[in-house]
Amino acid sequence: MNIETPVEALKPNDYASDQEVRWCPGCGDYAIIKGVHRTLAELQIPLENLVFFSGIGCAARFPYYMASYGFHTIHGRAPALATGAKLANPDLDIWVVMGDGDALSIGGNHTMHAIRRNVDLNLLLFNNEIYGLTKGQYSPTSQLGTRSPSTPQGSVDAPLTPLSVALGAGARFVARTFDTNQKHMPGVLKAAHAHKGASLVEIIQNCIVYNDGAFDGWTDRKVVSDNSITVEHGRPLIFGAEENKGIAQADGGFGIRVVTIGVDGVTEDDVLVHDENNKMLAMMLADMKQPEFPVALGVLYNNPSKSYDDAVHEQLATVKEASPPGTINELLRKGRTWTVSEGS
Amino acid sequence: MATNVASSNDGERKALDSVVIRFAGDSGDGMQLTGTQFTQSTALMGNDLATFPDFPAEIRAPAGTTFGVSAFQINFASYDIQTPGDDPDVLVAMNPAALKVHLKDVPKGGTVILNVDAFTDRNIKRAGYENNPLEDGTLDNHVVIAIEINKLTNAAVADCEVTSKEATRCKNFWALGLMCWMYNRERQPTIDWVNQRFGKLPNIAAANIAALNAGHAYGETVELPSGVEAYVVPRADVQPGTYRAVTGTEAVAWGLIAGAKKAGLDLFLGSYPITPASALLHTLTGLKNYGVTTFQAEDEIAAVCSAIGASYAGSLGVTSSSGPGIALKTEAIGLALVTELPLVIVNVQRGGPSTGLPTKTEQSDLFQAVYGRNADTPLPVIASRTAGDCFETAIEAVRIATKYMTPVILLTDGFLANSAEPWEIPDADAIADFPVEFRTDPEGFHPYLRNEVTLARNWAIPGTPGLMHRIGGIEKDYDSGHISYDSDNHHRMTKVRAAKIDGIAKDIPAQEVAMGEEKGKLAVVGWGSTFGAINQAVSRCVSGGLNVAHIHLRHIHPFPKNLGDLLSGFDRVMVPEMNNGQLVHVLRDKYLVDAESITQITGQPFKVSTLEREIRSRVEG
Ligand SMILES: Cc1ncc(C[n+]2csc(CCOP(=O)(O)OP(=O)(O)O)c2C)c(N)n1
Ligand code: SF4
Ligand SMILES: [Mg+2]
Repeated sequence: MNIETPVEALKPNDYASDQEVRWCPGCGDYAIIKGVHRTLAELQIPLENLVFFSGIGCAARFPYYMASYGFHTIHGRAPALATGAKLANPDLDIWVVMGDGDALSIGGNHTMHAIRRNVDLNLLLFNNEIYGLTKGQYSPTSQLGTRSPSTPQGSVDAPLTPLSVALGAGARFVARTFDTNQKHMPGVLKAAHAHKGASLVEIIQNCIVYNDGAFDGWTDRKVVSDNSITVEHGRPLIFGAEENKGIAQADGGFGIRVVTIGVDGVTEDDVLVHDENNKMLAMMLADMKQPEFPVALGVLYNNPSKSYDDAVHEQLATVKEASPPGTINELLRKGRTWTVSEGS
Repeated sequence: MATNVASSNDGERKALDSVVIRFAGDSGDGMQLTGTQFTQSTALMGNDLATFPDFPAEIRAPAGTTFGVSAFQINFASYDIQTPGDDPDVLVAMNPAALKVHLKDVPKGGTVILNVDAFTDRNIKRAGYENNPLEDGTLDNHVVIAIEINKLTNAAVADCEVTSKEATRCKNFWALGLMCWMYNRERQPTIDWVNQRFGKLPNIAAANIAALNAGHAYGETVELPSGVEAYVVPRADVQPGTYRAVTGTEAVAWGLIAGAKKAGLDLFLGSYPITPASALLHTLTGLKNYGVTTFQAEDEIAAVCSAIGASYAGSLGVTSSSGPGIALKTEAIGLALVTELPLVIVNVQRGGPSTGLPTKTEQSDLFQAVYGRNADTPLPVIASRTAGDCFETAIEAVRIATKYMTPVILLTDGFLANSAEPWEIPDADAIADFPVEFRTDPEGFHPYLRNEVTLARNWAIPGTPGLMHRIGGIEKDYDSGHISYDSDNHHRMTKVRAAKIDGIAKDIPAQEVAMGEEKGKLAVVGWGSTFGAINQAVSRCVSGGLNVAHIHLRHIHPFPKNLGDLLSGFDRVMVPEMNNGQLVHVLRDKYLVDAESITQITGQPFKVSTLEREIRSRVEG
């Protein structure tokens, strides 16, 4: 007998574990996990094939709240563990959740190298510009002057821009979204998932306890249209509540500027069209900061090349074909041996 | 030189039963290669042998300096030997610096072969000699063979169309040729090697072979000083079987592959280069066809983490390094321990602390292996005693790691990794399989369900339907595997993790006595690469009628069950170590035994004579 039972479609909730979620009420992480559940359900990824790795931090609690396989590792090292797992079993669908301190401070080296190697991982960087779990110290993405328990007079060291660092390390896919931007997030995550190789998604996240409102200046509903721009491949870089502002080439040369269509003779033709294969454009978009520029959201760069895991496995296959493995006894007897016989 | 003139049918050669030769020269002179080739020929001649490569930390230290001297010692014999020998019978010194560093080890009457072409005023000064040692009586107590090796090499390769620099570089093969003649070694293995190595550079190959043959011909035709002649060292009377020369590095690599195969797993090595462990990465990456994936990580932390990730995904994760790199891996080893994943950590020990003496040997990471982590983190520690033993210990490490779901530390050292010995090749099929069984049954599953006998948790890998679960560094509930901050549960989990490791004592062989009786006046207890020296020293004392025994530990944690009783059968316990005293403290701690420490931290292996003296001073009179 062969009765086909239709596989029940997975719903967003099926991706949630039965564990009580312990983020602070109002934490941006709640919105992010909701967006991830929705994305996974849209992709219908089988739970047994899905693995979430994380380091340490508030963000890193993520795997415990997922119904998939999960490994909550140590601070900063999740990309290294995920790399080993991906090499050992390339069929796994691996996601890595990292905080800004986790990914860019203690784990900066691993993040950079996972990106450089182009390991097929979906790297989600929850950037709240603060150390949440350790109670609010400033982080490598905190704005200059951030007052925190470890910088009571304000921080004096410049922050880094995660996506710029990633592009500098040779990233083939970088994107940005933010926690409450639920309409936008699944599309970005799906694009990251579709990209074979290291995909870095910076997810701006509000830490309601230690850095509340850090991003209100451009994520708040009242200002988001004017102070951010959602880019799409092949579409003009237009933004603003009235859709009359755009990103154009800087006057007489290199760089970009914000223009207003209809002012000073600027027309829509002057506005640049987003090209996700253009690395120079991606670098400029990634680096756009308030108040001079809108913050860029969406897939800034998507230009795939061979993934590390593919390359490693191709090499393994080539070697195995050229010299098929023998038995252990053959291995031990390869090269020069000599035999001592009885009575010699 | 142990001479014993025999009427052999080997022409006019004088028979010796054992010889120790030391090749020494500038790091650029190719002494390691010369030694390795001589070793290969010697192994093929059926002698028992042991070697000791000793090279500087600098890749190419300034030419002619004493700190740039590289040496290779080989001891070969017609009987069973265990160490590379205490003092050389013959020193081949390719320059004044080599003479300066090594002459002090050559006993009176020993032979010194010198390349006089290197004894220029400049080199003599550089080596720190005020006067030319060939002329000022420095060598009065030795048999000296001074040869213009550069000149003779250049003449030998004149027809080979190589540059004069390339020609001079062949001088080590000239010296090798001479030694092959002197000790009746065959040149063919070296010629085969040269042809293979320089297949694409036929001129270079021809020049090296010409130099080798010229050195050999020189021995045949030139009249040498009195006291020097051609020798033969008859083959050793060893166990019948098939043999090969093996280094500890090769044996660990093969053992890991064999172990993974016995467990039914693919092997994943995550590593970061460090002397003297890099060779293991190089060796394993050359064996990809045996299901080996190697990953040169961005640092040691990523190396161990990638190996843990690979184990999590269902491979056998292995990471290799030396002391400083193991220190970096410490936090991640704790993660593997608490998530109870199999992991083999190979520590090829070197001189420390910090950068220390990277190319010298030491066994000073025992405390690090046994105790060196935060919190209560016991894990199995195994130590290899000889190059060949590395094969068995590597398999044992894999067996314990997979059966007990735990990281295991395998301790070797720079001496074991680099030195070669003839090895009777075991029958791998005769070693029992220990297949891993992944959990597939969802019924009643949680990730920390334990096997009642071994206490190992069940291993379910990603990709298995119905067994999705989360693990991590936070303490887990004994009964459900979920996160738990409960204090009683933490107490219970700490105890069960320790009990699991302690229980391994039931699953390892009882401690044997390597030499001597099971009771007596003195037990000499060792671990690791001091095996040969201790064994030989004890053997000499036992044949001299002294009441002494040698006990050598493979399992450092947990100890074999009978070790305490065994030690209590001796009046005194002496523990020689190439460190400032580590095993001795672990033994005192565990068994309240009044063990005495003998230490040597010179970066050199123990001499048999040193240990013999220490033993005699305790049991004689
Ligand atoms: C080796 C180590 N060092 C320090 C810590 C303490 N620690 C835990 S999380 C964290 C920083 C968390 O910040 P971030 O990565 O931005 O994550 P968030 O909590 O903001 O999500 C630190 C310093 C640790 N767990 N391990
Ligand atoms: S501390 Fe901040 S980041 Fe952490 S859970 Fe609370 S709100 Fe979220
Ligand atoms: Mg943070």
